[in-house]
Amino acid sequence: MSAFLIRRLLRFFVVCIGVSLVTFAILQASGDPIALIMPEAPEADRAKLREALGLADPIPIQFVRFVANAARGDFGRSFFHREPAFPLVVERLPTTLALTSFAVVLAVLVAVPVGIYSAVRRNTVTDHAATVVVFLGQSMPVFWIGIMLMLLFAVQWRLLPVSGWDSWASVILPSVTLGAFTTPLFMRIVRSSMLEVINLDYVRTARAKGVSEWIVICRHALRNAALPIVTVIGLQFGLLLGGAVLTESVFAIPGLGRLLVRSILQLDFPIVQAGVFVLAMTIVTANLIVDVLYVYLNPTIRLR
Amino acid sequence: MAVTVSRDAPAYDAPVRVASGSRAWRRFAFNPAALTGVLILLIVVGAALAAPWVAPHDPAKQSLLRRFTPPVWQAGGNAAYPLGTDQVGRDVLSRLIHGARISLLVGVSAVVVSVLLGVTAGLVSGFMGGKVDTIIGTIVDVNLSFPQILLALAFVAALGPSLVTIIVVIGLTGWERYVRVVRGEVMALREKEFVEAARAIGVSRPRIIFRHVLPNTVSSIVVLSTLQVAQAILTEAGLSFLGVGSGRAYPTWGQMISLGRDFVTVAWWLPTLPGLAILLTVLAINLVGDRLRDALDPRAV
Repeated sequence: MSAFLIRRLLRFFVVCIGVSLVTFAILQASGDPIALIMPEAPEADRAKLREALGLADPIPIQFVRFVANAARGDFGRSFFHREPAFPLVVERLPTTLALTSFAVVLAVLVAVPVGIYSAVRRNTVTDHAATVVVFLGQSMPVFWIGIMLMLLFAVQWRLLPVSGWDSWASVILPSVTLGAFTTPLFMRIVRSSMLEVINLDYVRTARAKGVSEWIVICRHALRNAALPIVTVIGLQFGLLLGGAVLTESVFAIPGLGRLLVRSILQLDFPIVQAGVFVLAMTIVTANLIVDVLYVYLNPTIRLR
Repeated sequence: MAVTVSRDAPAYDAPVRVASGSRAWRRFAFNPAALTGVLILLIVVGAALAAPWVAPHDPAKQSLLRRFTPPVWQAGGNAAYPLGTDQVGRDVLSRLIHGARISLLVGVSAVVVSVLLGVTAGLVSGFMGGKVDTIIGTIVDVNLSFPQILLALAFVAALGPSLVTIIVVIGLTGWERYVRVVRGEVMALREKEFVEAARAIGVSRPRIIFRHVLPNTVSSIVVLSTLQVAQAILTEAGLSFLGVGSGRAYPTWGQMISLGRDFVTVAWWLPTLPGLAILLTVLAINLVGDRLRDALDPRAV
């Protein structure tokens, strides 16, 4: 167990360095950031600023400095807002995480019962209908789902606000949008995990000794299917945050995703780097927690 | 490499094995869902290839007198513009037909980039093992640590949006699946008698890879890349929705949705129809890919 933890933590740090390298590369890819900060200045002034910001140093030195600063949460000042980038990013993170959490809760509430039902009643009409929903759901762009829901519920029937994030009513459409994007992914995982265990010997034994079907499913099958479900949901976190970015753009939600998209289009690199870094760290940490939990929850690995 | 579970649809996780050609083909051909998929794809590909000849109008031709003409089945519709016109009077049908070109071109080319990179990395990783394997595994882990759409958006914006940039960047975000599949296949095959026999008679390493190992991974790669084309089309749509398309000059479905959203209250068809085009195309590819996997699986009856 502890050997595993040490190896896993080591990999965590290596991946963190890799993440920093990619984040660092975003600015390098743009060519000359000074031209963006002061587009009209003469070359002499540019050179002075380049010197002052340390952009004239060799790339490896710049990278080491970037990592050292990033570790302290210093990504420089936003080109556009003229204030430190990191606090601007952190300020908006809770909104994005809230949206993602609502969507996950919705998706779990729908996907788990439906997934279980279609695994247990395999090849019935309900199972086929669920499969159709999964296929359709995975073939729709999440932002289009959002616009279609907006068209129906906000424009046509005027039941909910078109956009924003300032009341409970305004939270519904974005959450349902991201939830609708997430549900098919989860449903597929739940169904296939349940199918894996449902015909195993111990489930058959439980059934044979007369345990009611409901208890067989919940206590014997679901419990053992839960582990892969949790793992895959943890690994889908990056995809979910990507979906959140698009959903925020559709509904004009003041979250991290919308800030980042705007900053990317304005080439405001300090904010872009801080935001991409924070999101990647969230994902890396989530993966670490899932891996450790997996080992902890799985007795066949824990007891070895 | 500890990452064994894909972040995308679990469709990619299922193992793929080769079944004999004709039986696989029969299994594929007699499936109504797959046939529907093929039919839709034929129409979309045909429309994309023949766009300048089948599109009823010039997709860029504006006509302010005809702004917001609704589709033909609605009151005020005009048979000359069957799917209506947009905010500057351009024909929606013609723009959809031309938009198919970008979606398919980007989707297929990005997957080619992913396949080249991923298969090479997977072969190297599986054959060399040890340090090289660890390094490639770490790169895959790092790649999986970003919300792909955001990373792609950042790099496309930084490098300057162009069709080539978009294709390469989308390709770079989707290659790790091939590493996992090919690496696993190589590791399993490495110990097989026929590879060992080849090595024993002095066949060189590249020759073993290209003549003996690679052919065995082909069907897995075909299935994975079919499904990835669907993903790449969705990513491209997402990028052009967010505003870094391949330029304003040529219509793309994502960009049509993005522009149409602003007129959602007056012209429902503007954001709706391009989304339906994406849905149909991606659904068709997913149906074909899914069926292809089942058909190529020798264990299925």
